[in-house]
Amino acid sequence: MNVATAKTEAAVFFRRFLIALVRIAVGARSEWLGCTPKPTRRIYFANHGSHVDTVAVMAALPWQVRRRTHPVAARDYWGKTKVHRFIAETIVRAVLIDRKPEPGTNPLEPVERLLERGQSILIFPEGTRAEGDEVAEFRSGIFRLAQRFPDIELVPVYLDNLRRILPKGSMLPVPITCTARFGAPLRLQPGEEKAAFLGRARAAVLALDVTRPVPAAPVDNSQAVRP
Amino acid sequence: MKETLFGVLAGIVVLLALASLVGAVLEHRATKPESIATVRNLNARTRSWWVMVLVVGGAILAGHTATVVLFAILSFMALREFWTLTPSRRGDHYALFLSFFVVLPYHYYLLAIEWYGMFIIFIPVYAFLLLPAVATLMGDTNEFLARSAKVQWGLMLTVFAISHAPALLMLDTGVPSALLIVYLIIVVQLSDVFQYVWGKLIGKHRFSPNISPNKTIEGLVGGGLSAILVGTMLHRMTPFSPLQAAAVSTVIVVAGFFGGFVLSAIKRDLKAKDWGYIIEGHGGVLDRVDSLTFAAPLFFHVTRYWFTS
Repeated sequence: MNVATAKTEAAVFFRRFLIALVRIAVGARSEWLGCTPKPTRRIYFANHGSHVDTVAVMAALPWQVRRRTHPVAARDYWGKTKVHRFIAETIVRAVLIDRKPEPGTNPLEPVERLLERGQSILIFPEGTRAEGDEVAEFRSGIFRLAQRFPDIELVPVYLDNLRRILPKGSMLPVPITCTARFGAPLRLQPGEEKAAFLGRARAAVLALDVTRPVPAAPVDNSQAVRP
Repeated sequence: MKETLFGVLAGIVVLLALASLVGAVLEHRATKPESIATVRNLNARTRSWWVMVLVVGGAILAGHTATVVLFAILSFMALREFWTLTPSRRGDHYALFLSFFVVLPYHYYLLAIEWYGMFIIFIPVYAFLLLPAVATLMGDTNEFLARSAKVQWGLMLTVFAISHAPALLMLDTGVPSALLIVYLIIVVQLSDVFQYVWGKLIGKHRFSPNISPNKTIEGLVGGGLSAILVGTMLHRMTPFSPLQAAAVSTVIVVAGFFGGFVLSAIKRDLKAKDWGYIIEGHGGVLDRVDSLTFAAPLFFHVTRYWFTS
């Protein structure tokens, strides 16, 4: 066995181990409310509560979908050491991007290349793990991807309870069950402004939080399904 | 003791086989959509019973350690279901971590080494004082009293109360304690099953539509009496005379009923139908052991007070 295959074998083993661990530790249940798990090219976008959530979404996906879905992770964190890189790139099959890119470069380029090859991605548009119980405003990356690939389905994902499992700043997990809820896909509408689209995308994620009271303000929930 | 235990388990297996057979016939004959749904759910429940009997029976046959470990795992899963539905704040994080990874294992360790004095006060006294103290360190006073109460309730119901079933292993009653655990589980679970069956057959008057819409007075009375009858007939497994067995079974049935009832009330308060999803047709672990949470401590203390040497 040569070095490359040994590394792949190790990655497969660690990946299975990690997914089994997450399934036991947090349940990683999936509820498909607005779409079905299809291995088509998609952009999954989710709220971000803890380090576990990338693996939680991956564990919640059926393997046919999982094997072609790549989480987008921050290079400044996951590229820090060789171990970080191995976990992110080889085990989780993540694609690393720069959160603070050099002027004139396109930080989303590696993501776009994957989408062009027909792969799916998973992004956390809040950019960083949120501090409180709120879902932060979305950054513009998802808007640019929606512009660049207008025919791709954007699937909102809400991760329940993750913030309670491993809050920011804590190393001690609490084994509460996590559910990943997949909502109805959205697309960029013709002529839709950036702010409107980002607001709509965020509302679609929030609408999947079944514990949240329905907002009084007229938010466009037409694309999301409430169970 | 092994022969009695094998005999009882064989009896349960025969009953389950019968239930599977009846279920198959009913599924074959059902025509209306709602009766098909009911029969499907019934058969899912029966399938889950097979798994539960194999797991619990296997652990009890395997010995004391396996029994204690099994109940520790059940407590862990029940506590997780409790906290998945019960809201908590950032300030509860360390109290929850300690509940799962320190209080629960240590409580079952005390059970395993049979240190009764510490076992019986550890959660009601020491965890009760320690966990709110830890929570204050986080500095969040928002709903502090309610949050502390939830932490304590979670432990009392899912760890302290449930552990009284394996705690029967500590008692010296003259009969093997494993048989007492099986006896308790049979009476409490049969009571649930009989209530379900009687309710489906002749149930008319709802007992409490707000809390448990499926519970009917006919189901409660018929199911309770049937379970007490079985509990009386099984008195040879226990140190009780037939009359005493009838009285003890009544205690188990009434306590079990209120256990299910209180846990349902909490579920309604939390706006949930089931505690979890892990047992097909039943819901979560806590849906299945809800009656045990109340019945186990009462059965334990009745037995310990009147029937140990």
